[in-house]
Amino acid sequence: MPDDVARQVPPPPVALLAELTHRCPLSCPYCSNPVEMVPRGSEMNTADWARVFDEAAALGVLQLHLSGGEPAARRDLEDLVAAARGAGLYVNLITSGLGLTEARLDALEAAGLDHVQLSLQGVRPEVSDRIGGVAGAFDRKMALARSVVARGLPLTLNAVMHRHNLDDLPATIMLAEALGARRIEVACVQFHGWAAINRAGLMPTRAQTEAAKATVAAARARLKGRLVIDFVPPDYHADFPKSCMGGWGSTGLNVAPDGTVLPCHAAQSIPGMTFPNVREVPLALAWAHSPAFNAFRGTDWMPEPCRSCDRRSIDQGGCRCQALAILGDAAAPDPVCRRTPGRAQLDRLLAGLPGPEAAPAPLTPRAAVR
Amino acid sequence: MTGPVLSAEIVPRLPRGVRLHDDRVRGCPVLLGPERAVMLDPVGAAILGELDGARSLGEIAARLAERYAAPAEEIGADVAAFVADLAERRLVELGNA
Repeated sequence: MPDDVARQVPPPPVALLAELTHRCPLSCPYCSNPVEMVPRGSEMNTADWARVFDEAAALGVLQLHLSGGEPAARRDLEDLVAAARGAGLYVNLITSGLGLTEARLDALEAAGLDHVQLSLQGVRPEVSDRIGGVAGAFDRKMALARSVVARGLPLTLNAVMHRHNLDDLPATIMLAEALGARRIEVACVQFHGWAAINRAGLMPTRAQTEAAKATVAAARARLKGRLVIDFVPPDYHADFPKSCMGGWGSTGLNVAPDGTVLPCHAAQSIPGMTFPNVREVPLALAWAHSPAFNAFRGTDWMPEPCRSCDRRSIDQGGCRCQALAILGDAAAPDPVCRRTPGRAQLDRLLAGLPGPEAAPAPLTPRAAVR
Repeated sequence: MTGPVLSAEIVPRLPRGVRLHDDRVRGCPVLLGPERAVMLDPVGAAILGELDGARSLGEIAARLAERYAAPAEEIGADVAAFVADLAERRLVELGNA
């Protein structure tokens, strides 16, 4: 009997991504917030979030990512950092850098902020400011980066890469080095939500992808012990899918601005799923027992060829949202996998995108929400 | 282990933004840093517990050898390998005495 109960409770999550708000001054064409955003009036208040942080720590969460939108759009950000740190969480701020004055950084530092992750839309000011849609944004980001490093706080650059800036990868890594960042995340755009609308303009060519892999490998060898490089390659060009979220409901969870608890930031794109809300149910219950979190947990849900595949515990069948986006079925194997029939559909889609000789399609920016 | 062996003179320390945490849910100590959570066994936790920004690797090995009544040379090699691995991941900083 105790064994049965134990088996039904999944291991605790390590990380929680708190989308504090969907408001953001930028208008990136690959915005990862859902196409339908949570309006300001529906955002949870300071006390709601503080309770979520306490529940998360009690559940076993170690790493808290304060994200958005732009988390600095929340005037109570300093209080939220203090509450999270008080709960015993490692507090990571994921920011565009806009809206963070020196005075606010002082307050965040005093509140116990552990780590700053700064998004980068490009390494050249004209690319950065065109992609993000805010003139002068690049210079403000650089000023923030220097201030974070001068304070002794660890800095990660989160460089979002795609067809328009992937050729600048060597310069991007050099910028991280010059700024004194401890870590860089080279994150190639994944095609969900708004990014899927701009796929024809954002999808890197195969040659760009191969060059990026070589650049990362060389930089990792050269900068070992100085700069940690995490790399998310454009997976359409891969042979096997990414291990999305380390497996659905396995290591991390998201809480949306209105308290909706999600297995990943794009999960709301899957039709027919009902997600728990932390305003109504405890986080631990949402994690362990909600139908949404159990829908694709483990290996029982898998169709063939995943179910009998020797890679099923490596990639967990890949990304559910990608299966939905390409094949129209969230329960299908990720079509990136060359062992699955869905790959032909992805290849047809790739063949229809602008080739290396053609100009990339123009990008449709997302309207900034303030 | 690959790479150069660290000198016993080196003084390791946890940089800002990297800290030890007592994970009561999983019942083990864990080292937290940027996007990293390293679950520690009792040996790893004992080593990191000795880092105070003043003690050298040699001094740390000597203290652990005494506490666990183990050969200092063996402990010294383990400590150096463990610290070198974390330094490669920027979870430990190496300074000079």
